[in-house]
Amino acid sequence: MSAALDVRGLTTRFDTRKGPVTAVNDVSFSVQPGRIMGLVGESGSGKSVTGFSILGLIDAPGQITEGQVLVDGTDLRSLSPDALRRMRGKHVAMVFQDPMMTLNPVLRVGDQMAMAVRVHDRVSKSAAWDRARQALETVGIPAPAERLRAYPHQLSGGMRQRVAIATALLHRPSVIIADEPTTALDVSIQGQILAEVRRLADETDTAIVWVTHDLAVVSSLADDICVMYAGRIVESGSAEAVLSAPKHPYTRGLIDSVPARHAPGQPLPQIPGATPQLINLPQGCAFRPRCPRATDLCAMQPPQAGEAHFALCHHPLTGSQT
Amino acid sequence: MMPDVSIDHDTLSPDGATSTTASGAPVQTRAARLRAFWSDFCRAPVAVVSLIVIILLAVVSFGAPWVSPQDPYDMASLDWMDAFLKPGSVGAGGYTHWLGTDNVGRDMLSAIFYGLRTSFVIGLSAGVLALALGICVGLSAAYFGGRLESLLMRIIDLQLSMPAILLALVLVAMMGQGVGQIILALVVAQYAYFARTTHGAATVERGKDYIEAARSTPLPARRVVFRHLLPNVLPPLIVVATVQVASAIALEATLSFLGVGLPLTEPSLGSLISNGFKYIHTDRTWLSIYPGVFLMITVVAINLVGDQVRHVLDPRNQR
Amino acid sequence: MLGYFVQRLAQAVVVVFAMSIIVFVGVYAIGNPIDVLIDPGATQEIRAKLIAQYGLDQPLWRQYLTFLVNVAQGDMGTSMVYNIPVVDLVFSRLPATLELVFVSVVIATGIGIPAGLYAGYRPDSYGAKAIMALSVLGFSVPTFWIGMLLIMTFAVNLGVLPSGGRGDLGTVLGIDTSLATLDGWSHVIMPALNLSLFKMGLMIRLTRAGMVEAMRTDYVKFARAQGLTDRQIVFSHVLRNISIPIVTVFGLELGSTLAFAVVTESVFTWPGVGKLIIDSILQLDRPVMVTYLVMVVILFVLINLTVDLVYARLDPRVRLKGGA
Repeated sequence: MSAALDVRGLTTRFDTRKGPVTAVNDVSFSVQPGRIMGLVGESGSGKSVTGFSILGLIDAPGQITEGQVLVDGTDLRSLSPDALRRMRGKHVAMVFQDPMMTLNPVLRVGDQMAMAVRVHDRVSKSAAWDRARQALETVGIPAPAERLRAYPHQLSGGMRQRVAIATALLHRPSVIIADEPTTALDVSIQGQILAEVRRLADETDTAIVWVTHDLAVVSSLADDICVMYAGRIVESGSAEAVLSAPKHPYTRGLIDSVPARHAPGQPLPQIPGATPQLINLPQGCAFRPRCPRATDLCAMQPPQAGEAHFALCHHPLTGSQT
Repeated sequence: MMPDVSIDHDTLSPDGATSTTASGAPVQTRAARLRAFWSDFCRAPVAVVSLIVIILLAVVSFGAPWVSPQDPYDMASLDWMDAFLKPGSVGAGGYTHWLGTDNVGRDMLSAIFYGLRTSFVIGLSAGVLALALGICVGLSAAYFGGRLESLLMRIIDLQLSMPAILLALVLVAMMGQGVGQIILALVVAQYAYFARTTHGAATVERGKDYIEAARSTPLPARRVVFRHLLPNVLPPLIVVATVQVASAIALEATLSFLGVGLPLTEPSLGSLISNGFKYIHTDRTWLSIYPGVFLMITVVAINLVGDQVRHVLDPRNQR
Repeated sequence: MLGYFVQRLAQAVVVVFAMSIIVFVGVYAIGNPIDVLIDPGATQEIRAKLIAQYGLDQPLWRQYLTFLVNVAQGDMGTSMVYNIPVVDLVFSRLPATLELVFVSVVIATGIGIPAGLYAGYRPDSYGAKAIMALSVLGFSVPTFWIGMLLIMTFAVNLGVLPSGGRGDLGTVLGIDTSLATLDGWSHVIMPALNLSLFKMGLMIRLTRAGMVEAMRTDYVKFARAQGLTDRQIVFSHVLRNISIPIVTVFGLELGSTLAFAVVTESVFTWPGVGKLIIDSILQLDRPVMVTYLVMVVILFVLINLTVDLVYARLDPRVRLKGGA
C-alpha cells in the first residue's frame, strides 16, 4: 500500500529582520491511508508551520526552500500555483485550531460549504447544498439542513469545529491536516470529536495528520507519532512504541510531564530550561542544553535520523531505563 | 501565510536592548524604546524626508523676520510700482522676487514665509489646546464613568458625526475674524477626536489589573490618572495629534479662503491663496500656485510623518 | 428591533431640539444684521421700523418661541437678503447640491473601493504604493486648492471645461437636472471630482485596511485551504465582511460631503446650498443660516439612524441582538 502523504526533507524558512529562521528543518514522514499520525511538539516547535507547508500555504516572509510533499504520489511542490490550489480541498484539506475564527461570520454555513463544493466540482447550487448537508450528517450533526441556514455565531464551538471538519471532508480528500482542532474546545466535546475523527479515518480511509501539543490526545487517537523539537522531528514511530518506550530524552520528558500519569500531591517532573530561540539554535543537537544525557559529542555534531522507530539522538534511551 | 507568528515571536525577539523578566515578558528601558522607535521610523525614507521638510519649513517660517527679503506687514516697504511682478524679476527694492509679487507689490516669498508662520502657530496651538482639552474630557469620562461618562461621550459622538469644517465655519462666523478666534474655533471643532481616542484607550487600560492595583492604594485619583493612565494612552494620541495639526492648518486655510478666516493684512497661506484666486483667470497664476504649493507640502509632509508613526506604533507591524 | 428603533427616534428628536436652541442662540449672537442691511444714512425712524419688522427688538427667548411656532407652521422665516421665504430659497438650491454630491459619491466609491481592494490584496506592489500615495494626497491636500488646480488646468490652460456654474438643465422622470444634458455634465464633472477626492482617499484607506485585516484572518486561510480562488475569497468572503465598516463610514461621510460642498461650491460658484450658506454668513442673513444649520442637524441625525439600521441589516450578529 502506497502512502497517502509522503513528506520528504521538507524545509521552511522565514526571513525575519533578525535573520533567517528555519521553522521546519528537513522534516520527513509518511502517512498511510486510514492512519492517524500525531505530530507532537511544544509551541514554536514548527509543527503548525509543517502543516501549512504541506498545503503550500506559506506566505512571505516565509518560503519552502526544500523537500517534496507527495499526496497520492503527486509532488505538490512541483505544481503550478493554480494546480496546487486545485489540489487543496480536493486531495488534501485542513482543519484549524480555533473554530470561532475559521468560519466567515457574515456568511451562512451552507453558503460557505457550497462554495467549497463548487470550486472543485461543477454542480448546481442546490446539489452543492445537498452535499454539504450530507457532509454535516457524516460528522454527526443533528438537523443538518437547519444548521446550513445558520450563521456561524449561532452555533457552539464544538458544532463549528464539526462544520469545519465536514467542510474538509466534502471532497473526500486523501489527506487531512488537523491543526490542534480540539485545543479550543471543552474536554467533553473534545472526546466526542476525537471519537468521530477516529471513526471517519477508519470508514473513509483518509490519512490524517493530527498536529497537537497534547500527548493525552495523541495517545487516544494516533496510530503513529512524530515528535518535533526546534523544527526537526526528533523521534518517530508507532504510537505504542513511542509512548511506551520513548527513545529520545525529550519525548521521555514530555511523557513524564503529563499530569495524569502521576500520583496527586507529587511534584510534576519538568524538562529543565526553555524552548530554544529558532534564530539562535545551539550547535550540534538542539536539545543538548536541556538534556540530562548530553555529552561533548552532542555539542559537536547533530545526530542523524534512523529507520522505523528512530530517535534523533546520540544517546537514545533503551527499554531497560523506562 | 505565516502561522504561529505570535508564538514564534517570543523565541525570536531578544537582542542586546532587551532583558527578560521571570515571566518571560521583554522589558525595555525608555531610551531603548525610543531608539527602537526611531530606527523603525527611519525604515520609511519618505517619512524621513517629510520630517526634514517639516523642520526646514518650521525654520524658515519662525525665522521669517530674518530670512525673508521683506516685511510684508510693513506697508512702508511696499511699492505700488512693484505690483504683479513675475517670479524672478527684480523690483524697486533692488532684490529679486523669486516668487513674484502680489497686487500691492508684496514679495510673495516673504508673504509665504510669514503666512507659513501664521499657519504653523494656528495649527500647533489649536492642536496642543485641543489635545489638552480632549485628554481632560476623555480621561475624566473614562476615570469617573457612570452618568458623566455617558453624557460626555454622547456629546462627543454627536460632534464627531458633524464635519469639523462646518463647525469651525459657524463658530468663526459667530466670533468674528482673528487668530485667537480661529484657534478657539479649531479647538472646539477638533478636541472631540482626542477625547474619543483618549477615552477609547483609557477604557481598555481601565480594565487592566495595574490600574485596579493603583486605585486600591491611597493614591489620589489625580495621581493614578496622570502617572498611570496617561502614559498608556499617549501613543495613539500622538498619531491623532499629528494628523490634527495638519488638518488644523488645512482648515484655517480653507476658512481664510472662504473669507471668514484671516484678513489679507495678516497673511496666512489661506488668505494668500484666496487673494490669488481672484486672478485665476489671468496669467498671474503665481499668486495662488506658490502659497498653495507650500500649503500642500506642509500638510502632506505632516500627514506622511503621522502615517509612519502610526505604522510603527501599530503592534501588528512589530516583528 | 422596534423598541430599539423608537428609542433611537426619541433620542434623535431631543437632539434636534437641543441643537436648534444652540444654533438659534449662536447665530443670533452674531453682529447686527441691520447694520449690514440698511444704508448707514437711513433715519432712526426707518431703522426702528425695520428692527420691529424683523422682530429684533424682542428678547431672545421670545424670538426663539416665535421661530418655533413659525417652524411648526412650515415657515422658517424670510431671507433678509433675497426677501423670499427661506424654505423656498433653500429648496431652490438643494437640487444642485444633491446632484453634485451624488456624482461625487459615485466617483469616490467607483474608484475608491476597487483601488482599496487592490492595495490591500497586494500591499507590497508598486501599484498599491501609488494608490496609497494618491490617497494621502486626496486625504490631506485641502479641497479648495485642488479645485483651483483643476480650474487652472482644465478651464484656464486647456479650456476644455467651464470653470464654474451649473450647466443646462434637462428633465428626467420629472426632475430637472443638469445630469440630463451634455453641457450639464461638462459643468458638474470637475466640481464633483474635486468633492470626491477626500472621500475617495478615505474609501481607499478603509477598504485597504479592511482587506489587509481580512486576509490575515483564519477564515480566509481556511478558504484558501479549501482551494478557493483568490477572486472568490476577495469577492465572496472579504468584501462582505469589510462592507460593514465601509457602509458605516460611507453613511457618516455622506453628511460631510454635503458640508464640504460648501468649499467646492464656493470654488466653482456652483449655485447650491453650500454657496448659499457662505453668502449668508458673509451677509449675516440669519434666517438662512438658522435654517441651513437646523437642516444639517436633522440630516446628520437621520444619517446616523439610517446607518445603524443598515448596519443591523448587514451584520447578522447585530440582527440577532436586536431580536429580529
